[in-house]
Amino acid sequence: MTLLATHDLTAFYGDFQALYGVNAHVDEGETVAIVGANGAGKSTLLAAITGRRKAPPQMIEFDGRPIGGMRPAEIMALGIALVPEGRQLFQSLSVEENLLVGNYGRKVRGPWTLERVYSLFPILKERRSQDSNSLSGGQQQMVALGRALMSNPRLLLCDEISLGLAPAVIKDIYKAIADIRAEGASVVIVEQNITQALAVSDRILCLLEGRVTLSGRPGELTRDQIGMAYFGG
Amino acid sequence: MFVLDTLIQGILLGGLYALFATGLSLIFGVMRLVNLAHGDFMIVGAFAVLVLVEALGLPIVFAAALAGIAMFILGYALQRLLLNRALGKDILPPLLVTFGLSIILQNGMLETFSADTRRLSFGPLSEASIPLGGGLAAGVVPVLTFASAVLVILFLNWLFYRTETGRAFRATSDNPEIAQLMGIDNNRIFSLAMALALVVVAIAGLYLGTRATFDPLIGPSRLIFAFEAVIIGGLGSFWGTLIGGIILGLAQTAGAQVSPEWQTLSGHVVFLIVLVLRPRGLFPRSVD
Repeated sequence: MTLLATHDLTAFYGDFQALYGVNAHVDEGETVAIVGANGAGKSTLLAAITGRRKAPPQMIEFDGRPIGGMRPAEIMALGIALVPEGRQLFQSLSVEENLLVGNYGRKVRGPWTLERVYSLFPILKERRSQDSNSLSGGQQQMVALGRALMSNPRLLLCDEISLGLAPAVIKDIYKAIADIRAEGASVVIVEQNITQALAVSDRILCLLEGRVTLSGRPGELTRDQIGMAYFGG
Repeated sequence: MFVLDTLIQGILLGGLYALFATGLSLIFGVMRLVNLAHGDFMIVGAFAVLVLVEALGLPIVFAAALAGIAMFILGYALQRLLLNRALGKDILPPLLVTFGLSIILQNGMLETFSADTRRLSFGPLSEASIPLGGGLAAGVVPVLTFASAVLVILFLNWLFYRTETGRAFRATSDNPEIAQLMGIDNNRIFSLAMALALVVVAIAGLYLGTRATFDPLIGPSRLIFAFEAVIIGGLGSFWGTLIGGIILGLAQTAGAQVSPEWQTLSGHVVFLIVLVLRPRGLFPRSVD
């Protein structure tokens, strides 16, 4: 059952074309990794899916309905949550308030509650009343993940969640991703870190200069194939 | 005794300036909009109360409540239909739009109400005072004004720090783009903030009109006091705005004791001193 699909999705920044007809899909319960170098179009793709960049309606479908061009708040209410690149926490809100604001536009019953997020990341419970910018990078990433989970999304989009974190912390974050998958959400992981992406995903999609250059199951792809698709050549 | 009297009158006057300033501070805090028509809206509020009292014969408290509701609706519509379209990365368009609004409001009121000075009255309460012993007394209306300022700030603090709507206000203030990804509709949040600000403005207009006379053109000079109170207090909290108002009120009252023409001037001087020593105000935001 396809949850999200893009159909020949294009995107432009003025005269510069960032996406050249991207066809991608995510099935219910599936985890898809989108890899690619800087400027490959990963962030543009996420911006179009979350409504921060306008797209023609039919180019993006979620749960069988066109969502291209809808406002970000409307798309979020349908069940798409983003963990934005660089965490982007609300700095004047406490840790707990950041989590609580995560379900402002979508209040549905589901596995993810404040208590469940705290059991996933116990350190956040200790720090619940602290300012979010007093946390370490890894802890901030946990808040950003927890904030997105609070809306019990059907599709969780993670943008560069390992960027700038120590290897031990990256391991913790990806362990949490496994728990999140187990609760049933579909997950899209956008990464420059290929090893990490391969380890956690059911399927991998490689973007290069705005085009999908490779798609397949991690076990079926060789490192050479991925390297070629990643860097071109 | 003389000093004590100046202190009491100054603090009470500060309550009025805090009411002037709170709406301005709320709007700037939530959406980084500097509303140059803020002072004129206070005068609109005062005239709204006046019309309801004179035309409908309503008691002033009911008239003020109705004016507050009308200003809430006006604020929501104004933001939704006009100001949201002007907001963006560039800070100049909203400044120009509110500057234009200020001129429209002043001339609209001039056409409708003439340039006559007007006044609101609490009736017999206007003259009443509370004896404080030792020959000191505080006017009932200034005490009411101060109490209203404290109540408004208590309410706004509760709203901002204890409710989901308040979290949405603060999240939008921190990062509007990411707030939208949490399902927060910026346009709705901004409209609600402007609606609330204009209710505070209506309350400010009520007390502005009962303390002294007003006419359609005095809005901008009252806006200056509001700006000074906000900047002295810093943008960190509504209580900071109250403190800013009190400092301004004290400075003006003390100046007036020296000589009447020193009243406004000493307020400006204290404002400038604070600006030099603490450019971000006494209670700045922790993050900018």
